[in-house]
Amino acid sequence: MSLAEQIVTDQPAEGWVTQDGRQIGPVMMEMRNITLRFGGVEAIKDISFDIRQGEIRAIIGPNGAGKSSMLNVISGFYNPQEGEVWFHGQRRPRMRPYEVARQGVARTFQNIALFEGMTVLDNVMTGRLNHMTSGVFRQALWFGRAEREEIENREKVERIIDFLEIQSIRKTPVARLPYGLKKRVELARALAAEPKLLLLDEPMAGMNVEEKEDMSRFILDVNDEFGTTIALIEHDMGVVMDLSDRVVVMDYGRKIGDGTPDEVRSNQDVIDAYLGVAHD
Amino acid sequence: MRDISHAAGGPVTSVPALLERNAKTWPDRTAYREKEFGIWQSWTWAETRDEVRNLALGLLNLGVQPGDFIAIIGTNRPHLYWTIPAAQMVGAIPVPLYSDSAAEEMAYVLDHCGARFVVAEDQEQVDKVIEVKPQLPALDHILYLDPRGMRKYDHAHLHDYSHVQQQGQAAREELTPEMERRTAALGPEDICVMLYTSGTTGKPKGVVLSNRNIIETSKNSSAFDDLGPGEEVLAYLPMAWVGDFIFSIGQAYWSGFCVNCPESAETLATDLREIGPSYYFAPPRVFETQLTNVMIRMEDAGRFKKWLFDKCMAHARQVGGRMLDGQRVGLADQLKYRLGEVLIYGPLKDTLGLRRIRVGYTAGEAIGPEIFDFYRALGINLKQLYGQTEASVFITQQPDGEVRSDTVGVASPGVELKIAESGEVFYRSPGVFQLYYKNPESTASTKDAEGWVATGDAGFIEEGSGHLRIIDRAKDVGKMADGRLFAPKYVENKLKFFPNILEAVVFGNGRETCTAFINIDLTAVGNWAERNNIAYSSYQELAGHPQVLETIREHVEQVNRSVAEDEMLSGCQIHRFLVLHKELDADDGEMTRTRKVRRKIVEEKYADLIGALYDGSEQVSTRTEVTYEDGRKGHISARLRLCDAAVVDRGAERVAAE
Repeated sequence: MSLAEQIVTDQPAEGWVTQDGRQIGPVMMEMRNITLRFGGVEAIKDISFDIRQGEIRAIIGPNGAGKSSMLNVISGFYNPQEGEVWFHGQRRPRMRPYEVARQGVARTFQNIALFEGMTVLDNVMTGRLNHMTSGVFRQALWFGRAEREEIENREKVERIIDFLEIQSIRKTPVARLPYGLKKRVELARALAAEPKLLLLDEPMAGMNVEEKEDMSRFILDVNDEFGTTIALIEHDMGVVMDLSDRVVVMDYGRKIGDGTPDEVRSNQDVIDAYLGVAHD
Repeated sequence: MRDISHAAGGPVTSVPALLERNAKTWPDRTAYREKEFGIWQSWTWAETRDEVRNLALGLLNLGVQPGDFIAIIGTNRPHLYWTIPAAQMVGAIPVPLYSDSAAEEMAYVLDHCGARFVVAEDQEQVDKVIEVKPQLPALDHILYLDPRGMRKYDHAHLHDYSHVQQQGQAAREELTPEMERRTAALGPEDICVMLYTSGTTGKPKGVVLSNRNIIETSKNSSAFDDLGPGEEVLAYLPMAWVGDFIFSIGQAYWSGFCVNCPESAETLATDLREIGPSYYFAPPRVFETQLTNVMIRMEDAGRFKKWLFDKCMAHARQVGGRMLDGQRVGLADQLKYRLGEVLIYGPLKDTLGLRRIRVGYTAGEAIGPEIFDFYRALGINLKQLYGQTEASVFITQQPDGEVRSDTVGVASPGVELKIAESGEVFYRSPGVFQLYYKNPESTASTKDAEGWVATGDAGFIEEGSGHLRIIDRAKDVGKMADGRLFAPKYVENKLKFFPNILEAVVFGNGRETCTAFINIDLTAVGNWAERNNIAYSSYQELAGHPQVLETIREHVEQVNRSVAEDEMLSGCQIHRFLVLHKELDADDGEMTRTRKVRRKIVEEKYADLIGALYDGSEQVSTRTEVTYEDGRKGHISARLRLCDAAVVDRGAERVAAE
């Protein structure tokens, strides 16, 4: 069974709606009245929104709006002082990031966080860590289950390498790669975890037009082929409006808009925030 | 009727019959390999036969009729190769297309042959076909190989390749008799394939080749180089090109050897190394690029390594080629060469993926003598051939032991040659094409009643050796204003032998003097710039750098000196030149898809620059339209410097005023 089929088949049939020709499922993750403080600074103020299964959900906002903090709350890196995170209809207790990852949430980072000295293949293989069970000893000696596991996981990784068209750099150390490709390798590693929810922190920052187009195509293809739900932060408005099904707009830690790209575009608060109107 | 060839059972008169023979003779030998998901996947001849059968049944299930055209669009992949015999088995005619063509170019070809079916590799190709579908009333079904991204397309006329195979297999009881009836009806005179010429002039022409053309040619050429079932080839050149058809279908099916398909165009170098082909074809450009890369990397190597490399290569250049030709070489030289093999040649050939090559060919353009000699010195049996789509490739080729860089060899087995009074080369052979599809005028003007075909190239047969030498395209050879011979290709090739020069176009027909456009090679010049701390942000900027222009001037002057040695062609020396602000590109129509310059189009498009070369101005501003890969258009503006070059006149050197 292919990776795509595996993920697609465990989606429940009920609660799905068709929106603009796209299949959007029931609520997968819900943020309820989240407030996050660093000392006296309130990075996120009483924000609520949800992420539905199968959709591409964007979080946008000017610099310092609290977007990355929001993503870090979802990934379990920060625990909010107030508010609740609901995942698959259950309230999520305080969790460490690795526990969240085991629940099927994977992410990429704004400032690429790859193992620079390792090859692309090895980096992507680390994404499979949560799917491997053999101990350190067996892995070091590479026998029995460790060997079997590595072969199985390598096959899955190779499918992702094929999917993201990075075959030619499979054995290249990451440090030697240009920026745009590193971003793609990060996406590959996140995908290798077979996430149900994929968090992308500025996947297109610092890219040229062509690289942005490539990355957009990959994000859409991932969503389409693997049925992965995607939440992304992005500055490039054009990209966000083209890609996403629904957009949350943040400014100064508050939510100032939430809806389809068209709704958000015509929202006066959003226009003000982006045109830099003075806050009073 | 003269029977074509005999297998164990009887005469083999078609490509599907060859496939059947191979599946019986070598059921367990590997026929195809493709690297996918990081592993070489393989198919034996028996498996190949089954895959092809299922596809043929599936096509029948979709309603393919005898005489339908099935277009194949994609890179080299086993599944796309299988479409060729599958189409033939149901009486259809396969038409491979260049996968990098823009949608409109594809529309022309698809419309010209009236293709009812298209087998496309992936979403990218399907999108192009869908874009032009409204102009193609005959088109019924599109099959795609890679389902990625295709989920949401309207599947009324769109089919997944593997589903078509499955449906064909499911209906096999019902459909097999019809398929076998159609396969059995295939004779040697039936069409095997239709290939569109890249069209250096005008619209592409559909060259119709029969089963006899392909099988006879494959048989003769396989015997010439003693090709057998053990060979390994790497299929990486466009499927629409006749050479790939002969190597990867004709000869592969005749000799029963294995065709390896690379993982992607970017992984080619790695795949080549992993496969280590024994029979290999590459256009001169590939060998040039490879050599340039080796030299660039050696420049960056440590001093000891560099010294060792230079020392060994100097020795190889002296004796390597001679040893390959079977000439006697002194014992000390032999031992030294063996040592070099261990230290340098062997590892280098390994890195290049050329270690196991028994027969290597290059053709299509002239190859620089230094490049040619470099590979032969390493002990790689690289030879030249001369061919055309209309000849099912082979016209002349070099036999082992008679290899030189300035000839294209002797007539291939079964080929007759004659030189017309105008100097144009004519040939007649069992491989000569049937006709140009829907173009009787061109057929008549190319092939005469006795079967002689005009090559369009001017050349002569060298006395003594009997080798053919090609000077230039017959129509490009012209006269200067003072009546001296003008052979632009001859000069351009000399220029292109410099690693810094990627492309050159020489003008001067009917004029007093010759001038040239130059494209620099971004890899070579870029590396030079890096080592000399010269910053540049684009091709355009580097191309206009004064030091680059100075280097190119030196190259041009060196070429002038060499051209001047030949009395007949001494008028072709270049008086003025410029380095173009953009690379000549097939997307802009300036080159064919096989990267041959379209002289007329370049001449028209850059008329202002040519004007400036002849009116003596020092600078010229220009604005050029460019086409991006996705078909959008844009403009680039540039100010170009025009450079003068010294020419040699009657032995006395005269420097043109700057």
